[in-house]
Amino acid sequence: MSDKIMMSGNEAIARGVWEAGVHVAAAYPGTPSTEILENIGTLFKDDIYCEWSVNEKVAFEVAAGASIGGARAFCAFKHVGMNVATDPIFSMGYAGVNGGLVFVTADDPGCWSSQNEQDNRWYGPHTKIAMLEPSDSQECLDFVKAAYELSERFDTPVMIRVTTRVCHSKSLVQTGDRKDVDVIKYERNPSKFALLPATAIARHPVREKLLAEMEEYSYDCPFNRVEETEGAAIGVITSGISYQHAREAFGKKASYLKLGLTYPVCGKLVREFCEKYDTLYVIEENDPYLELQVKALGFTGIHGKDLVPACNELNAAVLRRAIFNEEPGESYHVEATAPARPPTMCAGCPHRGFFLSLSKVLDKVVPAGDIGCYGLGTQAPFNGFGFSLCMGAGFSTLVGLSQALKRQSDPRKALGMVGDSTFFHSGITSLIDIVSSESNVIACVLDNSITAMTGHQENPGTARNLMGQSSPVVDIIALVKACGIDEDHLRVVDPLDISAMDAALRDGIEANGPFVIVTKRPCVLIKEVARANGKRHAVIDPEKCIGCRMCMSAACPAIAFKDGRSMISEGSGCIGCGLCTQLCRFGAISIVEE
Amino acid sequence: MTKSILLIGVGGQGTILISRILSAGFARMGYDVKMSEIHGMSQRGGSVTTMIRYGDEVSSPNFGEAEADIIISFEKSEAIRALPQLKKGGTVITDDYEILSVPVLTGASSYPHDALEQLRAVVPNTIIIEAFKAAEKLGNSRCQNIVLLGKFVKTMGLDEKADWKELVAENVPPRTVDINLKAYELGYNM
Repeated sequence: MSDKIMMSGNEAIARGVWEAGVHVAAAYPGTPSTEILENIGTLFKDDIYCEWSVNEKVAFEVAAGASIGGARAFCAFKHVGMNVATDPIFSMGYAGVNGGLVFVTADDPGCWSSQNEQDNRWYGPHTKIAMLEPSDSQECLDFVKAAYELSERFDTPVMIRVTTRVCHSKSLVQTGDRKDVDVIKYERNPSKFALLPATAIARHPVREKLLAEMEEYSYDCPFNRVEETEGAAIGVITSGISYQHAREAFGKKASYLKLGLTYPVCGKLVREFCEKYDTLYVIEENDPYLELQVKALGFTGIHGKDLVPACNELNAAVLRRAIFNEEPGESYHVEATAPARPPTMCAGCPHRGFFLSLSKVLDKVVPAGDIGCYGLGTQAPFNGFGFSLCMGAGFSTLVGLSQALKRQSDPRKALGMVGDSTFFHSGITSLIDIVSSESNVIACVLDNSITAMTGHQENPGTARNLMGQSSPVVDIIALVKACGIDEDHLRVVDPLDISAMDAALRDGIEANGPFVIVTKRPCVLIKEVARANGKRHAVIDPEKCIGCRMCMSAACPAIAFKDGRSMISEGSGCIGCGLCTQLCRFGAISIVEE
Repeated sequence: MTKSILLIGVGGQGTILISRILSAGFARMGYDVKMSEIHGMSQRGGSVTTMIRYGDEVSSPNFGEAEADIIISFEKSEAIRALPQLKKGGTVITDDYEILSVPVLTGASSYPHDALEQLRAVVPNTIIIEAFKAAEKLGNSRCQNIVLLGKFVKTMGLDEKADWKELVAENVPPRTVDINLKAYELGYNM
């Protein structure tokens, strides 16, 4: 086993992309998919053109363009990211490919870092695109490579569906070498790729025929396999990570039909398997995707979601309880409880200043949130916004919200926030809508110069790209102005300058018509920023501190309140951002550089 | 027989690095190994867990309640949070170190300062060390994880089965190899 390497599913996917001879890869970051492109950017950029695209739709279109042009292409996103990309995905489902085209959807059962648990397996039949589901890192690598062969053989994009526990689990992987794949010559072929109505209606039966051929192939597909256990009376049909949990829970009590190709599902294989066993279970996380297909084949007595929870992640213990009524074993109990430890904004986080000021005007504005670190601002003590939906909605919902507030004579103004990366992703189009509808709202771009929440990916504002090259900076303020916001309706502030931040919000509340605030200060975790901060930190003079707790209103993890006084302990992560020094009325806090 | 280890700490404490070293060690010992991390929002000062499972053949990378053979905790109250995951007869190795969460700092939540006395009273195999303090004294508090690793290897009697120092040296940043090897020794001899 020593020649194998421990790899996460994401690392193995990246390796598989490289080994498959891929030429172009694009993605927008999103947990749990982010490390796929990060690894390609770090390890394989000499062989693969790769980029962080501005959003998932753009990423898929970059890959689609490469495929149509004859190159092998790859794209990745998280499950909700796929929603953004589905417009071109459906079209490519009809058109098919030139060079192999494979994309990953990384679903997040358990909502570890997401706004829902949507089960993207439904996108297989919905887009009419072949789907593979690996269940460990070795399969991630193997399936990606095989997906390119399938893509070119059956003229279809191939979707690889993984979940958090596949992406972020490590297991041993046998790697291989890169295959040299020539780019196929691009030739004009409008009857396949120019999807005007006449082309599309002609492509539809072609696609249906190819799907039928794929289902025929699926009987021999090496990724669908029966694991027979001698004497077992139970049959389990499963796929992806659920296969691993089923193996743990059922052990030698069952035989398994382990499906790797889960769209199209091989009816013949399922039928043959089901006919052999008296008791049958479909074990799958979240929705009854396989279960409904098995039932449609006539096996209506099969157990699935009547026993296995549809909500949250599975593990072997959950299955043992659901199937065998087995309670977990004994553990230990103590009276003490662990304190809540939610993720919080870091010490020195620029968003803290924004939310501190916002929390003072909550009687004058109704805030909308978005996806990013600033999502943490909804928590106490800031209680920064009451709703957030998806990327870009922090701006576009303001148009409708302001109308609703007006119609109920609520004098408060709608205020929304998006980050720099989110602004590029889908905030720009929303801002254009705000401007063209002349909505009386405040739109805030919280620019911290990085895509922070997912772990610091480059974006069009960072002057550097995924391949480590310098790249032109797309100027957010110039864009805001170009969308139609004039100087009078624009404020650019340092969010940690409390009086400036307060003033910008005040101006926004008093203004009429669309108003934009851009807060500019880089994330403290950016290496260069941390280096520049050096050893700067705040100190609190215990002689001057009277214990009024004003500094505590910043909810900074670096400040503790002990024995009636505020204090900043060593190792607290304080970077001397100075927010608390502005809050102290007694001059007790100062910034030192040693 | 598959063994299950739960590592728990606070985002930024280096739980993932020690998990990487441990799983590389088990792989070198000839075991099948799986390790499951959770990334994302929890990194921002939240509670983070990593699970490692090793044995002849491992299926699930993660596990549920009362299934951990060993818990390695980087922070006092996090050991309490992880306790329901521990099997009867299992072992807890925990640092005595406290990190107050924001709800504690703002007074919305209280901190169980006597957590470890309670833990010791009910879990016979409780091992408490001052890994953070030792690492700080050594000159880099970030070596806390490697001090804990040393203690774990000694406690589990794994020192003969893999060259752990070599594994440490291979996995830590090159400039920190020496101090981390010292941290390992320190933990091992605690």
